[in-house]
Amino acid sequence: MKKILLAVFASLMMVGAVSSVQAASDAEHPKDLSWGFEGFTGTYDRGALQRGFQIYKEVCSACHGVKYIAFRNLMEIGFSEEEAKAIAAEYIVAGDLDEYGDPTERAGKLFDYIPSPFPNDIAARAGNNGALPPDLSLMIKARPNGADYVYSLLTGYEDGHEVAAGMSYNSYFAGSEIAMGQPLFDDQVLYADGTEASLEQMSQDVVVFLAWAAEPTLEARHKAGFKVISFLLVLTILLYFSNKKVWAGIKAKKKED
Amino acid sequence: MAGSNYQPKSKLGQWIEYRLPIFSLIDGLFGSYPTPKNLNYWWSFGSLAGIALVVQIITGIVLAMHYTPDTSLAFASTEHIMRNVNYGWLMRYVHANGASMFFIIVYVHIFRGLYYGSYKSPREILWMLGVVILLLMMATAFMGYVLPWGQMSFWGATVITNLFGAVPVVGDSIVAWLWGGFSVDNATLHRFFSLHYLLPFVIVGVVIMHIWALHQHGSNNPLGIDVKGPQDTVPFTPYYTAKDLYGFAVFFLVFAYFVFYNPNFLGHPDNYIPANPLVTPAHIVPEWYYLPFYAILRAITFDIGIPGTDIVFITAKFAGVILMFASILILLVLPWLDTSKVRSAKFRPIYKQLYWLLVIDVFVLGYVGAKPPEGILPTVGLIATAYYFIHFLVIMPILGKKEKPLPLPESIANPVVKSAE
Ligand code: HEC
Ligand code: HEM
Repeated sequence: MKKILLAVFASLMMVGAVSSVQAASDAEHPKDLSWGFEGFTGTYDRGALQRGFQIYKEVCSACHGVKYIAFRNLMEIGFSEEEAKAIAAEYIVAGDLDEYGDPTERAGKLFDYIPSPFPNDIAARAGNNGALPPDLSLMIKARPNGADYVYSLLTGYEDGHEVAAGMSYNSYFAGSEIAMGQPLFDDQVLYADGTEASLEQMSQDVVVFLAWAAEPTLEARHKAGFKVISFLLVLTILLYFSNKKVWAGIKAKKKED
Repeated sequence: MAGSNYQPKSKLGQWIEYRLPIFSLIDGLFGSYPTPKNLNYWWSFGSLAGIALVVQIITGIVLAMHYTPDTSLAFASTEHIMRNVNYGWLMRYVHANGASMFFIIVYVHIFRGLYYGSYKSPREILWMLGVVILLLMMATAFMGYVLPWGQMSFWGATVITNLFGAVPVVGDSIVAWLWGGFSVDNATLHRFFSLHYLLPFVIVGVVIMHIWALHQHGSNNPLGIDVKGPQDTVPFTPYYTAKDLYGFAVFFLVFAYFVFYNPNFLGHPDNYIPANPLVTPAHIVPEWYYLPFYAILRAITFDIGIPGTDIVFITAKFAGVILMFASILILLVLPWLDTSKVRSAKFRPIYKQLYWLLVIDVFVLGYVGAKPPEGILPTVGLIATAYYFIHFLVIMPILGKKEKPLPLPESIANPVVKSAE
């Protein structure tokens, strides 16, 4: 028992060391929110997902792509096929070559991926004072405590600090100077479902959308996990008792002599 | 393999057995194979390692069907697996977390061997084959981690391959040869993929020899004394099949927790950023299972030469590389460094304490490896590294001679202590 405790203690120490490395930087620790997709039964709130997509589309998509998301994927967050088709049709994408071998354009279809705002990184930098707005598809998984971090970033802008030209002050960003101006303000969008568009609400919603974009299989994973773990628990109990039974004779004999 | 006289019951079975004695082979391996009857659960970790290897190979082969080892596509093809391939996320999370599980198991397996003296005569070759497996595993996991081509993949590969540049004279040529070019690039990714696919099968080969050697003299046991006769053993089946299957179930429970509920806990967020040779991450940290070795690598911060002159025999970097490899290779000669005739730490009161000190030392090294080398940490790392080597090179040879072991029990079946001789 002592050994096991020691091993557990040591492993915790190790885990602590590793996670503190990941957090180590001069930036302020993100606010700690509780998200509906956390925990064993976590799911994405459908309302928040759709509102979050609206924020992405109306605000963030001016500068950021979500290149791993196709229009068909929008049906997974509660849009009907018709709605997803209509959203796709708002975009112009590259079509097949025409009969002369020249490039063509057409309206987006379900199987197309959501086009990024800039054709390449150079163009993206040129449009943003030399800074590169990263693709947001995996942002939540690409930062420690990603959901809390992006929420804190979006709600963490402060005036009254000295910063270089074109930069903004945000203590949650490493170095506290970020090349992205505050993107969200109260009442910036009009939510279709009547939710009040406060800065906090919008930030939460877009984070839920981005969390889904980063890990669209989370709900399937949680469901499968429940089945697998339930099965394994039963199996473990069965195997525990069959092992006991198999060894019963040996153990008894040991006691005799 | 331990000869078995097993004869199949069916006519067909006998026909096959006469031509290819596969049934008696299997029986000798997992059937009637006589096993000490006092093995505890630490002995389950060998077969657990076997199952972990099988899991890695199966998921790895499926992943390779959808993965593209080209710098322009590797990251995207990994995301393709995560998003579009049916149960691709499951395959990838099982494979990624499976590597960690495999290392936990093998580390426990090794420390089990250290505690119970399983490396001692007549199991030296068995132990050395184990060390070879460990080295192969480390190489395999390192190259596997490069494949998704995230930031940590790229920078981890760059840091580790650059180590070879510390070798005097030929260092730079070795590095260019490893890379297949002038930096970690497309050629590097391609060869790492090729080798990452190959090495697990080499491991399978060494595992077969490992088990072959095991069966020559049979398993050691918690008392560390030899099996005296049939009264000390039980047939592997059903006793240890039942016990190992229970162990498998518990293991898969832990494994499933990580895969389904915390799949990125053991990974690093930076690896979800596509590799970018122009942006160096703030902290380049290896996977957790390399951390103690990483600390040893960074332990030496000074060149070794003639003090007061500019003459350097060994640069700090090269010294670190030598120590890192030595820290594993030293295990190869452990059977001869340990001069004690008594196997199990149960009967070695001083070794038992020092064993736990070594365990703590390795955790301290792991902690130092995880942190940026600031403040007192480099000093701690140096001391812990020194102690690691002192344990094997100084303590083990002397202790075996000086320590007075406790009296050994008469036999496994009759674990009473022999009357004082
Ligand atoms: C006007 C262009 C613009 C808009 C609109 C915009 N961003 Fe950004 N964003 C940027 C730029 C430029 C950067 C790079 C900042 C830097 O590296 O200093 C950035 C960086 C980020 C980062 C990464 C921070 C990090 O840790 O590296 C996140 C997350 C982010 N933006 C989220 C959003 C979200 C969510 C929205 C919509 C609500 C949004 N952005 C709208 C330009 C924009
Ligand atoms: C792929 C990795 C490995 C596999 C699949 C594997 C498999 C096994 C199996 C099935 C056994 C028998 C069960 C047991 O006694 O636990 C065993 C025994 C043993 N292994 Fe391994 N092993 C691996 C790695 C290692 C390593 C890295 C070492 C040491 C450096 C090692 C050292 C030993 C020793 C000393 C024994 C004999 C144990 C005893 O009887 O006390 N093994 N191994």
